[in-house]
Amino acid sequence: MSAQIALPPSAWTSRILGLGAYRPTRVVGNDEIVKNIDSSDEWIRTRSGIESRRWAGPDETVVSMSLAAAGKALAHAGIQPDQIDCVVVATVTHLYQTPSAAVEIAHKLGAGSAAAFDISAACAGFCYGLSLASDMVRAGTSRHVLVIGVERLSDLTDPHDRSTAFIFADGAGAVVVGPGGPDDPPGIGPVVWGSDGSALDHIRQKKGWREALFGADGPEMPHLVMEGNPVFRWASYEMAKVAQEAVAAAGITMADLDVFAPHQANMRITDAMARQLKLPDSVAIARDIATQGNTSAASVPLALERMVENGEATSGDLALIIGFGAGLVYAGQVVRIP
Amino acid sequence: MASNEEEILTGLAEIVNEITGVPAADVQLDKSFTDDLDIDSLSMIEVVVGAEEKFGVKIPEDEVKNLATVGDAVSYIKNASAEA
Repeated sequence: MSAQIALPPSAWTSRILGLGAYRPTRVVGNDEIVKNIDSSDEWIRTRSGIESRRWAGPDETVVSMSLAAAGKALAHAGIQPDQIDCVVVATVTHLYQTPSAAVEIAHKLGAGSAAAFDISAACAGFCYGLSLASDMVRAGTSRHVLVIGVERLSDLTDPHDRSTAFIFADGAGAVVVGPGGPDDPPGIGPVVWGSDGSALDHIRQKKGWREALFGADGPEMPHLVMEGNPVFRWASYEMAKVAQEAVAAAGITMADLDVFAPHQANMRITDAMARQLKLPDSVAIARDIATQGNTSAASVPLALERMVENGEATSGDLALIIGFGAGLVYAGQVVRIP
Repeated sequence: MASNEEEILTGLAEIVNEITGVPAADVQLDKSFTDDLDIDSLSMIEVVVGAEEKFGVKIPEDEVKNLATVGDAVSYIKNASAEA
């Protein structure tokens, strides 16, 4: 008989140990947005719930914003950078094919030789990354995983596109995921996730880099484009079903939830989802989009951080989180607030 | 399955009220969704999905723009349920 392969000791449960966020300093009001599009402050507010958003300045890069959010998450978790053995960065706006943002972040953070990689799951990126981190910890592959959702969507936003110019924004959120003991209640529930490639066109980068750089229209940024109405319908109804499945998978009911923090895509989507889910009044609903805009992979941790800051969420609360976006892709799970 | 106009109107009024807060009594056949009831395209998507679920019909996206008044929607749902 050949030699046996040894496996690392696995953890019973995983949990979020710390949470941190970074919001760019520049506040961009609707008045600035409507200079470039045929719209109005009132239209933007009623259609999206967005009053203002944050756009990153030249010094607020994908890496620098991530480092700021990660530093806060580590401090909250009481974990030193060298205890992080894997860094997962969810983003679609690190404009390098290689190397990944995660490697640079791990190095600059002082996480030594931690495994590091980026994932591309658009607005579901944070929830995808959290699922990976949870499984890595439970399998014993990693002990402490740093998961970051970060975007500089302003780089890929066409300021003259009236269907997207007012939506997208920038920022970063991070969590540290670590093990719980055999007697600890699980801190991260099973993920319900998937994709639907039949709707690739609903939200997309309109050109590949080669065409954007060398195509007949001359060099231009390959902006993001979106078909609002089908996305609204999909997000409001299909994602409400996924959210219900995530709650059922965690073995709880809507009445057990304290917090609902969906991807901050559009306040109207959040409202429609909440109606579909028939959430009890006791559940606090994330509305970070009003002053932050839609930050894709960063929106869920940013929204959670805001709720903790405002006292709407406290340590130990059960939160239903769900990300959904370009692909289409989606992922939802129930987590305990650190 | 609801098939007469009155039942459809009552059901549709309940949906509109739940989504937009417009009093159900204001939802009358001659009312325009946009001009009279102040329902924008996003709320209209919610009304359509609500109607699809309630009446077991399919209202294609291309058809929605033809439903200017509550009466248009009631007729469409009535015909669609007759075919179903």
